[in-house]
Amino acid sequence: MIQRTIIDYLRKAAEECPDKCAYFDDSLKLSYGRLNTLARGIATRLIGKLQVTCRPVAVYMDKSPMMIAAFFGTVYSGNFYAPIDTSMPDYRLKLVMENLKPVGIITDASHYDVARAYCSNVFLIEEFGDETIDDALIETQLSHVLDTDPLYVLYTSGSTGVPKGVVVSHAALIDYIDEFCAAIPIGPDDIVANQAPFYFDASLIDIYCTLHEGATMGIVPLSSFSVPVKLLTYLEENKITFIRWVPSALKMISTLKGFKTLKPSHLKTVVFGAEAMPVKCYNYWYENLPDVQFIQIYGPTEITGVCTYYFCDRAYEESETIPIGKAFHNTSVFLLDEDNKRISRKDVAGEICVKGTCLALGYYNAPEKTAEFFVQNPLNPYFPERIYRTGDLAKYNENGDLVFISRKDYQIKHMGHRIELGEIEATAAFLPGIRNAYCIHDPVKDKIIMFYESDTYDDKSLTEDLKKRLVRYMVPNEVRKLDHMPMLKNGKVDRMKLKEM
Amino acid sequence: MEELREILEGIHPEVDYDSETGLIDRRIFDSFDVITLVGELMDHFDVEITAEQMVPDHFNSMQAIWSLLEELMEE
Repeated sequence: MIQRTIIDYLRKAAEECPDKCAYFDDSLKLSYGRLNTLARGIATRLIGKLQVTCRPVAVYMDKSPMMIAAFFGTVYSGNFYAPIDTSMPDYRLKLVMENLKPVGIITDASHYDVARAYCSNVFLIEEFGDETIDDALIETQLSHVLDTDPLYVLYTSGSTGVPKGVVVSHAALIDYIDEFCAAIPIGPDDIVANQAPFYFDASLIDIYCTLHEGATMGIVPLSSFSVPVKLLTYLEENKITFIRWVPSALKMISTLKGFKTLKPSHLKTVVFGAEAMPVKCYNYWYENLPDVQFIQIYGPTEITGVCTYYFCDRAYEESETIPIGKAFHNTSVFLLDEDNKRISRKDVAGEICVKGTCLALGYYNAPEKTAEFFVQNPLNPYFPERIYRTGDLAKYNENGDLVFISRKDYQIKHMGHRIELGEIEATAAFLPGIRNAYCIHDPVKDKIIMFYESDTYDDKSLTEDLKKRLVRYMVPNEVRKLDHMPMLKNGKVDRMKLKEM
Repeated sequence: MEELREILEGIHPEVDYDSETGLIDRRIFDSFDVITLVGELMDHFDVEITAEQMVPDHFNSMQAIWSLLEELMEE
């Protein structure tokens, strides 16, 4: 029986440890048994109302264990889920919903009215509890689901101003989680502290490794990340053993020297990735927690999660870069030069390319974008074989480990978020009264700076209008009005000159 | 205090810092903004802010941040 879905993970955990706490937050604890029952109840309602398979259901609610029940309920119904950021302004939400066209939306009471504007089938998460479960109906729906079918869609920044929905199959997620759990130390006794929002792929490790291992995951209250002592107390009181956080979150502790106040005594594994790790921050953690295993991971949403990992084993010099390491089993990660030739020598820069089961199916409802990035392997003229071109440049070091260098284009990492500067520029350019708008990113200060030309806007009013259209981490940290953009002879903006301003 | 205002406006230019008293509690500054702010304050004013001092009461308004900085600069 090859037909496998992630429901197999859930069934196994619900059977083996029904009473064990799976996911918890400040107000709710869900055991594996309860999670499974809730998901099947949600599925029964969804099937009755929607009567479709293999269609998207948006999950538009604040992060909670119930959100995970909504994910699995959707999957049990034979459909796939799309977690949507509730802090997204209406303008961007509309772009996402127009791309996704969900057949249903699962939401919470505080977002019900917004959800109603986008879909007639809106389900309130608060109304799910102990409804009847139609086992036969669920099994019939599930029998239609193949492992090549979509499991979820995650939205990420798009350079043309429209967010891209990365659509991932069951097979890709299963491959990813199986190989991740085989390579990284995590087991049933681990307690995971979740930082990443569920609409980011970084949360997949938290949610699905927990499920795969029958472990336990706590959702750290968002406000704790602004108050380091609260954050450390959370780790200690909940006996957290495993975290997978973005470096920005780890930096809060290192900048304020938080371990002087409290060292989390249960922590065993710290996994970090999604943006460059400042060596100073890493060294502070490494030197204060000598018994903890630190692991750097790398990979874009388009190959499901991460595709390389590196076990850190020492403190680093400020001049060094911590490698992103080697590929996970059953994944091929290789470098191509500008002529699409494979690079194997050390210290030669090339684009990171990925192939394997972990590749996403593509971008949802965007065949042209998909064709642009998911391409035929140029090294293989013999049969169809897709690779994903990441747009990231890297090189091999003397140990054969990959070391990240930079981006090829205008995609940046800002506060742990992946952003296309083009999306910010396009959003500004759509505003009436803006003649030109270009962004640069200062990686040292991690600031996005926008330069613009306008007769009607000033810095304050432009920032205010951008806030209504962009998610908060995409709003430029600084806007600067110019009389004339510096231009190159080819008619393009001179970004080098902007960086010097 | 004007130097402080400049740093704050560099992070969120749209806020009225003379009247706002819920920078943290109303999540105008999220955790990523806070870490940026703390880093810049330590660099610019050459002070050491500890984890215990990083509580909402000290960071909810420009006035509160300024009081904390004055205290730290006297040390």
